[in-house]
Amino acid sequence: MKDWRYRLSEHRGTLLAFVFFILMFVIYASNHPAGFTANVVQTAANKGVLLALVAVAQTFVVLTAGIDLSVGMVFVLTNCLASAIVVGSPAMVGLGIVGVLLTGLICGAINGAIVIYGRLQPIVTTIATGAVYFGIALAMRPVPGGDVDSDLSDALTGRLFGVLPVSLIALFVVVLVIWVPFRRSAIGRATYAVGSSEVAAYMSGVPVQAAKFFAYVLSGLIASMAGLFLTFITASGEASAANGGSYTLYSIAAVVLGGVSLFGGSGSAIGAIFGALMFRTIGDLLFVFDLDPLWQPLFQGVVLLAAVCLGSVRLFQIRNRLDLFE
Amino acid sequence: MASPAVPLFSMDGVSKRYGGVKALEKANLTVEAAQIHAILGENGAGKSTLIKIMSGVVAPDEGRMLLDGREIQFASPAAANQAGIVCIFQELSLVPDLSVADNICISNPPKRFGLIDRRAQRRIAEEALARAGAQDIHPMAPVKDLPLSRRQMVEIAKALARNPRVLILDEATSALTAADVAKVFVVLKRLRAEGLALLYISHRMHEIAELADQCTVFRNGRNVATYRAGTKSDDEVVELMIGREYSHVFPPKQALAPSAKPPVLEVRHLSWLDRLKDISLSVRAGEVVGLGGLDGQGQRELLLALFGVLRGVSGEILIDGERASVSSPSAAKAKKIGMALIPEDRKTEGLMLPMSVSVNLSFAALDRISSGGIVDRAKERQLIDEMIELLAIRTAGTDIPVGSLSGGNQQKVVIAKWLMVKPRIILLNDPTRGIDVGTKAEIYQLLRKLAATGAAIIFYSTDYDELIGCCDRVLVLYDGAVKRVLVGDEITERALISSALNMSAQSEGADMASATSA
Repeated sequence: MKDWRYRLSEHRGTLLAFVFFILMFVIYASNHPAGFTANVVQTAANKGVLLALVAVAQTFVVLTAGIDLSVGMVFVLTNCLASAIVVGSPAMVGLGIVGVLLTGLICGAINGAIVIYGRLQPIVTTIATGAVYFGIALAMRPVPGGDVDSDLSDALTGRLFGVLPVSLIALFVVVLVIWVPFRRSAIGRATYAVGSSEVAAYMSGVPVQAAKFFAYVLSGLIASMAGLFLTFITASGEASAANGGSYTLYSIAAVVLGGVSLFGGSGSAIGAIFGALMFRTIGDLLFVFDLDPLWQPLFQGVVLLAAVCLGSVRLFQIRNRLDLFE
Repeated sequence: MASPAVPLFSMDGVSKRYGGVKALEKANLTVEAAQIHAILGENGAGKSTLIKIMSGVVAPDEGRMLLDGREIQFASPAAANQAGIVCIFQELSLVPDLSVADNICISNPPKRFGLIDRRAQRRIAEEALARAGAQDIHPMAPVKDLPLSRRQMVEIAKALARNPRVLILDEATSALTAADVAKVFVVLKRLRAEGLALLYISHRMHEIAELADQCTVFRNGRNVATYRAGTKSDDEVVELMIGREYSHVFPPKQALAPSAKPPVLEVRHLSWLDRLKDISLSVRAGEVVGLGGLDGQGQRELLLALFGVLRGVSGEILIDGERASVSSPSAAKAKKIGMALIPEDRKTEGLMLPMSVSVNLSFAALDRISSGGIVDRAKERQLIDEMIELLAIRTAGTDIPVGSLSGGNQQKVVIAKWLMVKPRIILLNDPTRGIDVGTKAEIYQLLRKLAATGAAIIFYSTDYDELIGCCDRVLVLYDGAVKRVLVGDEITERALISSALNMSAQSEGADMASATSA
């Protein structure tokens, strides 16, 4: 009888993000000059999926009570790499994709190794490694350029049966193949435990270091998927510092909007995905209402603040001030 | 009971040093199956080091441990668990954001196709909770939403789910309500009958008297005596623990001279949510007023309300006969009111563990030792030295982290920190929980000394002996209301217990009875 209430409260953040996103998207699509068409959805999806993937990457690290300021740079680095190696014969393309994903995985592993075995703070570590990753990207692509396999890129950024954006399906597959098993695996449980209370997790015999390391590796891997996908959309690579920086910060915003706790230990990548889609839709709303794009950052900031405030409303009900500090 | 040739667990000449400090010195211990073995000793006697070594948290410097006669070494708590040695730690090892069931199965969740089988996990959790006598806890509830006493029950269930052969309980009952303690005792006795070896660490003598088969006393890192339970009197045991003559623990109470002055602190009709109900009390200068009753009946909330921590408190607070509004802890400690609260949990509410002893000591009194926003270092130094001497705080220096002191000395730092404010009203929230007998006695002395110099003291304790030995008056709380006031000779264990249970609720009495006979 009470089970469903516990389930509901566990997924409240995710559900709220979902509802808000749907609301916003309906407003957006119904005011779009072209109306609610497959084309509108496809464009929105392709843009949204990029941030959604980076936000999922961020989620893994945030769950361990860390933060990854290098996700955007891994995203840019793998974009540059993909624009160089995901071309040619099908075998070459396949090998190229593996190479790109492997690179992301290694970037994540480096972050994790430094944080866990070097015992440095995640924020400092990832600022430093992020700069290194960006440096490599810049060395690889001093000027924008490169190419990507066009068949694959058309297929992945197009539509299935003329309506369903393939990018959304790809995102769905990533969630199904990586997130769902992670959430229900012992190592996934351990990641939540570490983020919630590392001492308690250690004292309970949880593999604390392995769980953290795994989270960083997955983060790097997913960030490289985003980089790969960016290459499919733009058919080129660009070592853009602006892109790297904004994706990193937006991914944190998306995670917060999606109900993932920055203190670690609670939240879901699915929430972060809706957080990302919501964040993107905010920008698009300005477009359909014909506002100057200059207002976009301001408007996004206000919405983010409002969302965070909404999450803190319960603090007004607290009658014991000590609970404020928990 | 014939003891088998090979004991279940034994420890032979185990030593452990931290820097220059010998925490454990050639310690020996033999634990038999189907027995409850109590470990006694002051804080710093080596008990916690002993447990940490047994449960794989730290490795010994020398000596060996045998399980079933085979030598064992643990690299981690997980390895000890695997071998069948499970410890219920005093500091809770639960992960707050995960559910009860997740926590119970945290180290070895049941799996199907490589993924966690939630249905099986729930079944295991329900069984473990039932085994611990805590069926009332929902397996899906997040641990962070449970009160302390429920969390402790989850902790016990979690240990049982690991099917231990040796179960170590380190002050496992200190956070429990009386009804829970009774339930836990039933569980422990059943486990003993099932053939488990239980190692029971507690400062509560009556618990040990009820449970233990064997007792081992530790002092200064060595095991000084092992005896069959019941063969030594409490006084003899305490003597073994502190290694000196044990005379008057409690200082004599002083009769209060009648005075026309209004009480220093008077409370009228204080209420807060449904947790505090129409509480009135008054404390005069030089008086120690105790708060009694079962744990969790609003005592903590009452102290927090007085100290300005709670919002939406109704009723009146009078200081020296004048109405006062205490809106925050900083208002409470201001000179006009002069209130201090020694909190319940020194590790989170009392101290900043990684910071130095001196910084911790002067934090509450910073405004009194500074002028124009600049701290007067000489004055600070002098006050700190005074406090260290007054409370006999044993520390290797004032610049070392306060977290490196023993529990008793940490508690002294918390008290000293507030005495630096020169408070007139001192609220104490169970200040002797989990600290050694020697330090306890010093704290009792100090309370009397403070009262003699004119302080008004409210003292909440979960230990009835303390209320009897220290207080001039005791208010027994039940369900957020004062149910009875005991004065002077009326304060006896019988009166305290009967008023704590009797008052209301037949149901409470029935609950206890059924728990004990189950």
